[in-house]
Amino acid sequence: MAILDTRMECCPRGELEQLQLERLQPVLNRMYKNVAFYRSLFDERSIVPEDVCSMQDFRKLPFTTRSDLTANYPYGMFAVPLREVVRIHTATDTTDTPTVVGYSAHDLQTWAALVARFLSAGGVTRDDVIQVSFRYGLFSGAFGLHHGAEQIGASVIPASSEHTDRQIRIMQDYRTSVLVATPSFALLLADRMEALGIDPKLLMLKRGLFGGEIWSEDTRRQIEQRLFIQAFDNYGVSELMGPGIAGECSERSGMHICEDHILPEIIDPATGRTLAPGETGELVLTTLTREAFPLLRYRTGDLTSLNYAPCACGRTLVRMSRIERRTDDIVIVKGINIVPQQIEKILTDIEGIEPLYRVIVGRENNRDSVTLHVAVSEHVFFDEVKHHAAFVERLRSELSRRLGLRIEVKLMEKRTLDRELETGPRVLDTRNL
Amino acid sequence: MLRLQNIHTGYGDIAVLKNVSLHVSRGEIVTLIGANGAGKTTLLNTICGLVRARSGTVVYNDREVTACSADEIVRLGISQVPEGRQIFAPLSVVDNLRLGAYVRYRAWGKKKVQARIEQMYALFPRLHERAQQYAGTLSGGEQQMLAIARALMADPDLLVLDEPSMGLAPLVVAEIFKTVSRLRDERTTTIFLVEQNARTALKYADRGYVIETGKIMLEGRSEDLLNNREVQRAYLGRQKQPIWE
Repeated sequence: MAILDTRMECCPRGELEQLQLERLQPVLNRMYKNVAFYRSLFDERSIVPEDVCSMQDFRKLPFTTRSDLTANYPYGMFAVPLREVVRIHTATDTTDTPTVVGYSAHDLQTWAALVARFLSAGGVTRDDVIQVSFRYGLFSGAFGLHHGAEQIGASVIPASSEHTDRQIRIMQDYRTSVLVATPSFALLLADRMEALGIDPKLLMLKRGLFGGEIWSEDTRRQIEQRLFIQAFDNYGVSELMGPGIAGECSERSGMHICEDHILPEIIDPATGRTLAPGETGELVLTTLTREAFPLLRYRTGDLTSLNYAPCACGRTLVRMSRIERRTDDIVIVKGINIVPQQIEKILTDIEGIEPLYRVIVGRENNRDSVTLHVAVSEHVFFDEVKHHAAFVERLRSELSRRLGLRIEVKLMEKRTLDRELETGPRVLDTRNL
Repeated sequence: MLRLQNIHTGYGDIAVLKNVSLHVSRGEIVTLIGANGAGKTTLLNTICGLVRARSGTVVYNDREVTACSADEIVRLGISQVPEGRQIFAPLSVVDNLRLGAYVRYRAWGKKKVQARIEQMYALFPRLHERAQQYAGTLSGGEQQMLAIARALMADPDLLVLDEPSMGLAPLVVAEIFKTVSRLRDERTTTIFLVEQNARTALKYADRGYVIETGKIMLEGRSEDLLNNREVQRAYLGRQKQPIWE
């Protein structure tokens, strides 16, 4: 499978490190000059960008976190005037912790080029018909894949979040050869095909590029066996740009990070100390070429490890292992991040509710579901079923509206929930990912 | 081929270059653009051993040359065409060229130096016509040609040029840049040039760096830099906003 940009993807490590050094310094200078948040971050520590002369110096710089992005909502983190921003996406689509990501015209070009790299590594060519089944909207995922596929010259179908049956119909009629979706959606399609009596072998589908949620080798096997395709993993962070940060090659033994544009580090999430290659820790990323939205040492919350050993495919870019866990309670459902604190905040706004809750994420028939167990004050524990139902409905609609996701609600007595929380975690993910 | 890492240079108490890192690969034309006083000439002089870096390293062909003297660096294959030509006005054109081969003379002998001069004449026929003329009587463009030819006499692999367009008419500037491109294409000489004339420099270069008060602010392919709004605003005079009072 083709290597799109041989010069960069197979760049000798020494040259690559020189390039990273050359790109890091300007991006630090631009952050300091154009972003008030970064300038104060540097000034508080009495450092100037030109003091950063080595990786040791770099590791002393502070991290950027999700809450920094929220605190500077909407445009505080932009490093260029809004006039030069040609695209705006959101990273967390909630009313309580909103974040905005901006792209300059050049950022969009780079983004497309990086997505094209991993598509190409996964075997996508200009002869493919590629069905993008990510939702097109405020989230960047669908757009990234769309631009990348167009750059390769493949025929792109923006199937978005069309109904499953419609997606299958498109797949049959348009002779889709590549599927881009979340892994759970791929399994959902397989289920539906089975129910409809459609033989996946009769489809033109050859490969699938999956991302947007945590998945396992086991899921990969299931997808491959049920849809008769080859499945590839790729990695994106919506705060950085979305997909295009890393992707698997034909070896499928880790995802190559586009190190010429993104500088990866692995840290101990508790102490912030840098870990050695091979050790598992939190992935921290610095953008090297972003114009509109540069990020310094951004904590992704994803746990992984880095492998600098040369890859059999010929690429010299470092490989990151499959994401298996996160550092925080954030659960990702249908590509949407759910932060427990958000739920807490919503609950405190509603009268008659104790801020005591538990989130249960489950998967039934390959459809993810979120159930919230909430304790109600004793005086509101309703005798009448009618009132009870109305209250649950109100709560459900409020949560769904503010989290952008359907959430089931189950009212419980405080005692019962207390006991549950003593024995189990606040966020229980029963999906077998 | 040439690699600079974390170069800091200054004069006295004044820091001029602040943590500059860049590289030039074999066969490339790379430009460094920036305003007056940004540190462009200081950077070239640091490469050429005329100014010492306070910290950082200059590596040329895998050899550290940070502490080498200027003549050693010429011997290693880096020649500079200085700002404002700096030709020897009272000497004839041919004597100027001979001086360019100063560091090679002992190794090459008279014959080889003469052969090299003939090559320069082939490259710049105008210099041949004016071989016996005092260099000071040449036109600005011809003087620039002479300065380039003089630098080439030492048979460099890397030619560094300091503002070759300075004080020249646009047509002459275009001619100079075409010559520089030809040097790369025909003689595989690698080129590193610093310029205030950003538009012309980026038109002929493969890659560029933007320097601002001693700090590199941008790095990229020339076409990307030409399309960058910040560069357009600061160096290409586009997008000027009317001032409202």
